[in-house]
Amino acid sequence: MADSGPALVQVEGLRKAYRDAGVETPVLTGTSFALGRGETVSMVGSSGAGKSTLLSILAGLMLPDSGEVRFDGEALTGKGEAERATLRARRIGVVLQRDNLIPFLTAAENVELASELAYGDRRADLARQLLAELGLAGRADDLPRRLSGGEAQRAAIAVALVNKPDLLLADEVTGELDSESARRVVELILAASAERGLTVLLVTHSPELARLAQRRLRVANGEVLEEADAEVIER
Amino acid sequence: MSRGSSVSLLGVYKHFQTDAGPVQAVNGIGIEVAPGASVAITGPSGCGKSTLLSLIGALERPSRGRVQIGEVAVSKLDETDRAAIRRELIGFVFQSDNLQPFLTAVENVSLQLALSGADDGYERSLTLLDALGLGGAAGKYPDQLSGGERQRVAVARALVHRPALILADEPTGALDVDNSSVVADLLREAQAEVGATLIVITHDPAVAAGLDRQIALSDGRVTADSKPALSGAVDAAPHAGEVAGGV
Repeated sequence: MADSGPALVQVEGLRKAYRDAGVETPVLTGTSFALGRGETVSMVGSSGAGKSTLLSILAGLMLPDSGEVRFDGEALTGKGEAERATLRARRIGVVLQRDNLIPFLTAAENVELASELAYGDRRADLARQLLAELGLAGRADDLPRRLSGGEAQRAAIAVALVNKPDLLLADEVTGELDSESARRVVELILAASAERGLTVLLVTHSPELARLAQRRLRVANGEVLEEADAEVIER
Repeated sequence: MSRGSSVSLLGVYKHFQTDAGPVQAVNGIGIEVAPGASVAITGPSGCGKSTLLSLIGALERPSRGRVQIGEVAVSKLDETDRAAIRRELIGFVFQSDNLQPFLTAVENVSLQLALSGADDGYERSLTLLDALGLGGAAGKYPDQLSGGERQRVAVARALVHRPALILADEPTGALDVDNSSVVADLLREAQAEVGATLIVITHDPAVAAGLDRQIALSDGRVTADSKPALSGAVDAAPHAGEVAGGV
């Protein structure tokens, strides 16, 4: 369950626009929201609504034009590139739709690499333990090409979890999976949240999967809205 | 390592079971590649090129036959030892650049060294990117780079640990003509620089023509070899005991 303490992520007045050949296209138009500690939150929205831009800012990959992201009380948007990279490596796990794994490294090596990069420590035992917890005990020495789509995404979750992050950003992680594999991947992410107190932001196109989270958000017209409020506006 | 490894395939077969039945992807191939040589492998889609590269790169084990890199019979190694060979001896480049989107170019290059426990991976990666004319890209994320730049970063990642063998599977397949030429030149220059053996799978005749030797495959067999004297006798069926894992 979500902790009742201060939010892990606090977003205030976030604005971001893309500029191309003198034309400005606003993507985020001053949105504010928070993610509580240990909370699981889904986020839906049409393609181009700004979900990926928002995730890039939350991951510290991109800076907003204005507004602020506070992570555990500190202004992420006020940190330099190197500080944001360290924070991302140690405290934020990221899983994407595809290509999360390096193709010439085994599943276990991929997981070990994440801990090596964050802490200079390979944590081989932890890597195998995590893979086993995700149902991949017999797949640790397999290359990504040998894994099914669902197995590869579960291995990617192990990569994202090995550094014991506070926040997991999952961007369309089930976009290329069948419905059964997709549900299993999302359930594993939610179970990881329950066990570890991990805050999860799950971006998905699937309303069924979105409903598995404790709280639902929708991105529309550059704003992040609570899903219940968005439904009222649509009516 | 600064000197290329020889590559030797002896009576190599690889078959897969698929829903449509068994597939004989590699069907009795014998090739000897000299240390430091550059070789193009060409042939139509489905002819077994990528499977062959996977066998050479210890990504797969042959159903029968022997694959050797330098003095190491990689086809006989277990998973752990093959993983070590891939990490230490080989640099891979694929058609898709496979760069990690949340790491900068220099961080992506240093991945290869991180697993080997090198303390100076970041600095070595930065030096290499500078030497390859990619110093300005070092701090950028993959989606801030062009397709050609990303693939050049992927080449840098394959080189940074100074491998004995560089294996490239359609490295220019996703690029336009100009970028293909840049990446192909980069691979050859890099090969010369580190003295590695280079094996490239390509559909591009210009890329193939730029290498020392061209080998054509069809239906899992060698159908043409511009330096046939180097192969010939090793196309024979494997001897008993050369079956993978049998010795």
